[in-house]
Amino acid sequence: MKISESWLRKWIKTDFNADELGYRLTMLGHEVNEITAEGQNIEDITIVEVVSTAKHPNADKLSLCKINDGSSELIDVICGAPNVVKGMKTAFAKPGIKLPNGVKLNKAKIRGVMSNGMLCSANEIGLGVDADGIISLPKEAKIGTKLIKFLDLPDSIFDLDLTPNRGDCFSVQGIARDISALIGSDLINNSKDKNTSITIDDTYPIELIEPNACPRFVGQVIRGIKINAKTPIWMKEQLRRSGLRSISPIVDITNYVMLELGQPLHAYDLSKLDGPVKPRMSKEGESLTLLDEKTISLNDNTLVITDDSGPIGIAGIMGGFKTAVTHQTQDIFLESAFFPQNIISGRARIYGMHTDASIRFERGVDPTGQVKAIERANELIVEITGASIGPISDKSFKELLPNRSEIYLRRNKLNKLLGIKIEDEVIEKILLGLNMKIHHASDGWKVLPPHYRFDLSIEADLVEEIARIHGYDSIPSIDYCSKNPLKVITESEIDFDTVSATLIARDYQEILTYSFVNAESNKIFSGIESELILSNPISSEMSVMRASLWPSLVNAAASNNARQQDRIRFFEISKSFHGKISKHIESIRIAGLATGLREPEQWSNNSELVDFFDIKSDVEALLSLSCDINNISFLPIKHPALQPGQAAEIFRGKESIGVLGKLHPKINKKYNLKRSVYLFELDAEKTLKTNVPTAKNISKFPIIRRDISVIVDEDISADNIMEVVTSSSQKLLRNINIFDVYRGPGIEVGRKSIAMGLILQETSRTLTDMDADNVVSDILKNLQNQFKAEIRD
Amino acid sequence: MVLQMQTIESLAIKASSEIDKSMDIASLDSVRVKYLGKKGKLTAELKKLGQLPAEERSNSGKKINEAKKNLLELIHVRRKNLEDSLLEKKLIEDSVDVSLPGRGISIGGRHPVSKTQSRIEKIFINAGFGVRSGPEIEDEFHNFTALNIHEDHPARAMHDTFYLSSGYLLRTHTSPVQIRSITEEGVPIKIISPGRVYRNDSDQTHTPMFHQIEGLVIDENINFANLKATLYQFVEAFFEKEIELRFRPSYFPFTEPSAEVDIRWGKDKWLEILGCGMVHPNVLENVEIDPEKYTGYAFGIGIERLAMLRYGVTDLRTFFENDLRFLEQFR
Repeated sequence: MKISESWLRKWIKTDFNADELGYRLTMLGHEVNEITAEGQNIEDITIVEVVSTAKHPNADKLSLCKINDGSSELIDVICGAPNVVKGMKTAFAKPGIKLPNGVKLNKAKIRGVMSNGMLCSANEIGLGVDADGIISLPKEAKIGTKLIKFLDLPDSIFDLDLTPNRGDCFSVQGIARDISALIGSDLINNSKDKNTSITIDDTYPIELIEPNACPRFVGQVIRGIKINAKTPIWMKEQLRRSGLRSISPIVDITNYVMLELGQPLHAYDLSKLDGPVKPRMSKEGESLTLLDEKTISLNDNTLVITDDSGPIGIAGIMGGFKTAVTHQTQDIFLESAFFPQNIISGRARIYGMHTDASIRFERGVDPTGQVKAIERANELIVEITGASIGPISDKSFKELLPNRSEIYLRRNKLNKLLGIKIEDEVIEKILLGLNMKIHHASDGWKVLPPHYRFDLSIEADLVEEIARIHGYDSIPSIDYCSKNPLKVITESEIDFDTVSATLIARDYQEILTYSFVNAESNKIFSGIESELILSNPISSEMSVMRASLWPSLVNAAASNNARQQDRIRFFEISKSFHGKISKHIESIRIAGLATGLREPEQWSNNSELVDFFDIKSDVEALLSLSCDINNISFLPIKHPALQPGQAAEIFRGKESIGVLGKLHPKINKKYNLKRSVYLFELDAEKTLKTNVPTAKNISKFPIIRRDISVIVDEDISADNIMEVVTSSSQKLLRNINIFDVYRGPGIEVGRKSIAMGLILQETSRTLTDMDADNVVSDILKNLQNQFKAEIRD
Repeated sequence: MVLQMQTIESLAIKASSEIDKSMDIASLDSVRVKYLGKKGKLTAELKKLGQLPAEERSNSGKKINEAKKNLLELIHVRRKNLEDSLLEKKLIEDSVDVSLPGRGISIGGRHPVSKTQSRIEKIFINAGFGVRSGPEIEDEFHNFTALNIHEDHPARAMHDTFYLSSGYLLRTHTSPVQIRSITEEGVPIKIISPGRVYRNDSDQTHTPMFHQIEGLVIDENINFANLKATLYQFVEAFFEKEIELRFRPSYFPFTEPSAEVDIRWGKDKWLEILGCGMVHPNVLENVEIDPEKYTGYAFGIGIERLAMLRYGVTDLRTFFENDLRFLEQFR
């Protein structure tokens, strides 16, 4: 909400300057986003009267004007504004002064005639956007005086971020009330001693058929609005400074009163109403054309104002087009109603219309303020448009209006919550300053908040009020010492910092990507149609919860490829989402991607590209963290996103813990990736659980190494061979190193040669050559039997 | 006799000059063989000793042995010199350009947001806070209702929530973790809950997903002054310097009193970094904690916000663009 300093100062007297006032408002909980200065650099603009106008001899659209600036001589000025007319009062810039846009004004010949200055439009002197004509000032503007004085300038505009609980602050009055509580001085009394006199008898029928939805409707008939009436400049100015456009005197007045008092008003063209005004809940499918000429279809959950013809407005949000006041309107019916918060809340959102009225009703309008607001409005209407007013009809169900109830505030609770002791006097002064009624009770007070404070219902609310006015600054910082027993640091799970550090040491960069991806890529990478779909996604690119981190990693790699980054190694640790919504599973994944050169381009390598075994080694490094690498196996699988023959599922014992492999070339192409991409993804929980290591004695006896080389069929895996080797080794085998895999000349097609070094050792004695020979011969025999292995010499 | 003496002397001189002239180990070896080998010249003289008369034998023998010992010493020294210069030469050949870059893989790095998150976690862990996590797909009860955000509450409009089917949603804050933790563990409790949160908002200053860390302390005598102390200390611990804070009243449905905290940044700029307050009695009651006995404070910190301030990042969105060139700066 925007509010001007000048308007505020009409309601409360304070010594704070604009900046201090802004700071205080922020510290009261009404955050000031920005303070804008208005009416800067126009102190030399004066008020003048146009004494005569005549056509410019050489230009149809220009007028030669003689103006009176209060000095003894009239001044010749040329003016291009269409609205310049004899007798009008307007703003004048003398030669030699600088306009707010920085242009220095000089005497100048315009089409051969000398002009001694300029008559100004609002736009030219920084007072709004109106550039259609020069400013028209009312008769009472005094010739020769400064414009800024007449317009109450310079002024400062506070742009406030009001919190949604403080509906009562959506007005000049409301903000002024809070300042008054802070500084302890009363509001300036702005109400007139006498109400505007009622001069006609007309009333208009109001029927409250759904009193819960509309417990109060105050209305008044006003007749005889002069069609040529104009909104006075001071009102236009205040509206402008509050961010509202001037539309017509009636609309401007209703807006002005809303800004001032916080009560939205609505004016209907009386001649267009058809039968009694009846607020009721809408019916599904009813339609209504609104003020902005948009036609909407209503649901059955909206309070509408109706007459016999049907809906004529959405209560508290926007009026209808049919009954709207126009420049021809002479008679109106003015509405000042109370709609409860829960009736309005959320509706503006449904129809996509957040209006000044809806914002106020949603947050709560003072249920006792309707008559005061309509009186303020009719006072202005009579003054500005010369209309006559009928008696006010106040239809209300008092028992249905929200009522504040007493809150018990205990001294001890206040101290306990804030951590300081505040003197009784101070507390009472604050409560009274906030217009609360208080009674003393044994250990505190019984407090009745004013009717406009919907946000106050429990003790803690009052504690906040006291802290807020007393100042959060005045509460000290006090250490809280809790029991702080030493805590277990588990060794049964590897922490993510260690995982990250390991991957980082292996040249992986961590990235963070959105948890939602597009449905298609989710399916490509997981093989499953997601059931975890957002009903209101930002875009279809971010519409389902991902079942794998791969689509995001691949996307990130592709966009880096596009930025000329070819060697990419990414990892992410984040959740993946699975199953049906009601029983969905969230599991943390550790995922990685590598593409491009194995090592960064450098002077001493041969620019090899990363391959399956590079990424497998990274995975093995991670798995080694859990001290359990011997229990891990990699089995070939078919995977929707991976290239057949370069895809493996990772098992820990019998439990599947992850997948790795080469991205399918088709997908690679789809994403425009430059090089082959390798991916891994591990289930964090299954991967990272571990056991506390148990130390074994290290054998002091020497090892014996024997190298063997066998030729087997292609489909015999290294794992198959090692399993047989291990089981045939009479527990003497410490380690196997496969040091060569060979296919080619000398080996039959469809067969391969595998060479491995066997490290043999006993824990209790030195092995003899004979022991080793026996083991090797057993191993070879078993390999021959099981795999038709051929021994190579 | 005189003759043999002369021969020995001249052999010794000749040999020593040849030793000096040998330029490598092989020629030095052949000099040794030539004079001291089985068929060497000095060895031959030794063999001649038998033919000498007995009284001359010992004198000549002494002389030959002396010469032999001398030559061996000369050979030894020469060999050492030759070996040293050989090594030196080899080492010169073996030297490298130390300014060439090292070989092998480089090193990766942490994402600045998770690095920030990890630091914040450590700060609180050191002060005895436990770390808790919870589901990201939440239900309305844990995300809203239990936190005193009722159906019609304007705060539900404040959160632009991503909904899934059957009333599920993506959590809009990590506060539901607090509800779950109190329900499971009871009070007193002293925890933080870091993690991803989601809001349906995407522009220059909003990303649809971001990270939060929320803190919750409930005990018998927790007050607003304790909250202030914690946050002052946190900000100092995080920025490694004392920074002025400004607590200003604000509104959250789950805290009362509520505050937003600004830090002084530069000379006269205040930047909002977090929201906090005393846990609302309704929230305590929702999880069956007696608000008469227990009070608590809670706070919520935007991790990206702190990472931006800490590392001078000016555009929030860059955190999720994952441009390698951007990320490499935070190694």
